Amino acid sequence: MTLADLAHPRQDYSYGFLDAFARRELRRRILKAIAIPGYQVPYASRELPIARGWGTGGLQATLSVVGPQDVVKVIDQGADDSVNAANLRRFIARMTGVETTTDTTKATIIQSRHRIPEERMDKGQLLVLQVPDPEPLRHVQPDSSQAREMHADADYAQMWLSLYEQLVRFGRFMQGASYPVIVNGRYLMSPSPIPRWDTPALHQSAHLTILSAGREKRLYAVPPYTDVRPIEFSDVFFQVEDQAGRVCTLTGAGQKYMDELPQPSGESRFRISDTGYVEKLLKMAQGESTKIGPTYYDDAGQFWMPGVIK
Amino acid sequence: MLRPYGIRYDMTPTYFDPPRLTADRPLLTAWGLRKTYGRVTAVSGVDLEVYPGETLGIVGESGSGKSTVLRMLNLEEPANAGDYRLNLAAYAGENLLGLDRYRRRELRVTQIGIVYQQPHMGLRMRVSSGGNVAERLIMAGERSFATLRTAARDSLAESEFPLDRLDDPPRLLSGGMQQRVQLAKAIAMRPALLLLDEPTTGLDVSIQALVLDTLLRLRRERRIATVVVSHDLGVIRTLADRVLVMRGGQVVEHGLADQVLDDPQHPYTQQLVHAKL
Repeated sequence: MTLADLAHPRQDYSYGFLDAFARRELRRRILKAIAIPGYQVPYASRELPIARGWGTGGLQATLSVVGPQDVVKVIDQGADDSVNAANLRRFIARMTGVETTTDTTKATIIQSRHRIPEERMDKGQLLVLQVPDPEPLRHVQPDSSQAREMHADADYAQMWLSLYEQLVRFGRFMQGASYPVIVNGRYLMSPSPIPRWDTPALHQSAHLTILSAGREKRLYAVPPYTDVRPIEFSDVFFQVEDQAGRVCTLTGAGQKYMDELPQPSGESRFRISDTGYVEKLLKMAQGESTKIGPTYYDDAGQFWMPGVIK
Repeated sequence: MLRPYGIRYDMTPTYFDPPRLTADRPLLTAWGLRKTYGRVTAVSGVDLEVYPGETLGIVGESGSGKSTVLRMLNLEEPANAGDYRLNLAAYAGENLLGLDRYRRRELRVTQIGIVYQQPHMGLRMRVSSGGNVAERLIMAGERSFATLRTAARDSLAESEFPLDRLDDPPRLLSGGMQQRVQLAKAIAMRPALLLLDEPTTGLDVSIQALVLDTLLRLRRERRIATVVVSHDLGVIRTLADRVLVMRGGQVVEHGLADQVLDDPQHPYTQQLVHAKL
């Protein structure tokens, strides 16, 4: 018997890359964030082998909660196969040994940048959104300590003032992605730069959502079955992007969030942005067996939960 | 209390209302207001009362503490000591200097309007004029765009702002128009108390006269209690019913406007009035 036999087998990294202390800290922050829906909890953002701004916030949240039994899906702008998504997925799999998938319904943890999948997420699933800028008040109040006071007072009048200004100047709300929402009737929250199309998916959702900004060192959460209301006037309503008339060139489907593909001729073609969903539609078209879950929007473009989009 | 004024020939007594100032309770009562900045005492022991529909003028040289008094009345500056009450149902019997920040904000939004000398202190220079006025209503919880729009328009019309410039931001407006936007913003919530901090200083004489006209009309139409701070005795004479003369953080003389300005008793007031003339 040698000393080497008695020692623990050599490990380069602890499970999930983060050390136990970091993971415990993050989990505590996540619990606090869940306890105060929409409240931005500061945390000590760790160094990771990817650069800040490439999803380090989301990655830390994922790594701190992931376990060997989890199934992980990583999306970047709806695509499972973009460099960023592939990198993060490979890193998570290597550090934790989890199974990965592109199927929304099979995943237990979905880390995403800029999109929520078209298929409805269910209870028990976790959505981790990578956030570049957690502060929804940034453009009305550049001073972040002032902004924190405004959050403490729930003093969000300036957001409605900026909506008023947009209506006066442009006749409609101009915010595209990252449309500010009020969570649980209390905190104003920036839902990371998801398009307006995805914002209603957070309202009374069965799944837990964790939003984490690695560079800004803040995370916040939307617990399951929590009210998430986009800011709007009582007589001028929040609208999602109009997808009418857009047909996916790959699947022929419509009324899903589309990527626009400009053509040399000057026209545009469209493709469903959620590649995992496209994959399933194509499989089904070829007669292979696949199970497509219920989607947030039906084929007529109606949101599944009535009364959310007015 | 009603007193029989006289007995008419049919032997029924005739009753008259007592004079308003003896029947009304003052809207604003403040006493012992005190404010120090480190070792400098800006205001020491100022008492004042303003009745509904009355205008109180505060005059004094620069540094006399008159603007500090106004900022304390607007609850934007914490006082070191003193008692400040408004005779309003929601705040009855409460020293407003001790309000928590939530109720302080609520009070400031719904019951107090202020016009500053510098428009940029009271306005968002890059937001449309209508938006500036609407902000008051948004802060009070109004969430209907149509209501905000009409309320902003009405309020600006009332302060005689040219409505074709409704959507222009104040940075593109003249000084007189900026003051009118401030005024519209101040009266948008129909406050009980209006505070004017040198409202016409920096305007040329003709525009100044027009703005003063608007202020006088508003005072006539709505019974707002007003406190106006100015070093310009002309403005005070035009607007104020009563006058406080301040010097070195203290009130040196007070009385009816005509009385103080025409027959000043305190040497400093005499100096002030003569300097004007």
